[in-house]
Amino acid sequence: MEPSLFTVEGLAGLLFLGLLGVTLAGAVIATCSTNLIRAVAGLALCFLGVAGLYYYLNSPFVALMQILIYVGAICVTIIFAVMLAESSELKRLRQRNGLIGPLGILASGILSWALAGMALKTEWYKSACQANDGSLARLGEALLTTYSMSFELISVVLFVAIVGSLVLARAGRSKA
Amino acid sequence: MNILVLNNSLDTYLVVGALLFGFGCYGMVQRQSFIGMLIAAELILAGASVNFMAFNRFLAPNPTVGQIFTLFIMAIAAAEAAIALSIIVAVYRNYRSIDTEDVVELNG
Repeated sequence: MEPSLFTVEGLAGLLFLGLLGVTLAGAVIATCSTNLIRAVAGLALCFLGVAGLYYYLNSPFVALMQILIYVGAICVTIIFAVMLAESSELKRLRQRNGLIGPLGILASGILSWALAGMALKTEWYKSACQANDGSLARLGEALLTTYSMSFELISVVLFVAIVGSLVLARAGRSKA
Repeated sequence: MNILVLNNSLDTYLVVGALLFGFGCYGMVQRQSFIGMLIAAELILAGASVNFMAFNRFLAPNPTVGQIFTLFIMAIAAAEAAIALSIIVAVYRNYRSIDTEDVVELNG
C-alpha cells in the first residue's frame, strides 16, 4: 500500500521525514560546531526532533517530558555552565595529534554501521498479544504499582544529585 | 519501498538510534572541553532512549515498560548533567580552564 502525498498518512510521513532531518541535523551541529553555545542549540534541536519521533511512537507523554526535561532543563543548565565557565573552543584549538579526527570518524562510523546493520539483518518477532494499550493511565498505574520501588529510588537519586552538586559547587567559594 | 511509510517500520528508528549513538561517540572522542563531552554523552543517551521506545512500540508485550525505562533514563540524565556541570564549575574555579588537556594532573 502506498499512500499518496495528499492524504493524512502521506502528510504524516512527510512530517516524519522532516523530524528525521531535524534530529540528524541537530546531532551534526551538536558534535561538529566549535562554538559551545551553538553546540548546545544543536543539542536542543536534536532533542526536539527526538520528541517528535516519540510522538510517532504512540507516546505523547514521553515526547512532552522529553521537551520539558531535555530542552527546558538540561540544555538551559548547560548554557548556564558555558556562560559561567568559558565561551569558545576556538582559541584552544592547539596542535594535537592530527589522527584523532579521522580515526574518531572512522571508529564511530563503524560503530553506527555495525549497530544499524545488526538491527536491519535481525528477524524481529512481534509478541503475540499486548497486555494493555500503553496509554498514560496504564503508565501511571505501572509506575505506582509494579515499578513503585524504582520510582522511589529515582527520587532518592535525584535528591542526592542535587545536594551533591550544591556541595561541589559551594566547596571552592569563600565563606563570605 | 515508499519513503512516506518510514514512520511505521521498526528499522527506521533503530537506524536513527544507531546514528545518534555514533555521533555521540565521535563527539566524545573529538571534543576538547568537558562541556562538549557532556553534550556528546547526552546524544548517546538519546540514541539509547530512541531504541527503547522503538522496541516498546513495535515488539514489547507490555507497551508501558519501555516508556517507563525512558522516563528513568531522563531522570538519570538530569542527575548526571547536574553533577557533571557542578564538577565542571569546580574544575574551572581551580584551573581557569575546562580544557581536557589542561587538567591531566587529575588522572589519579
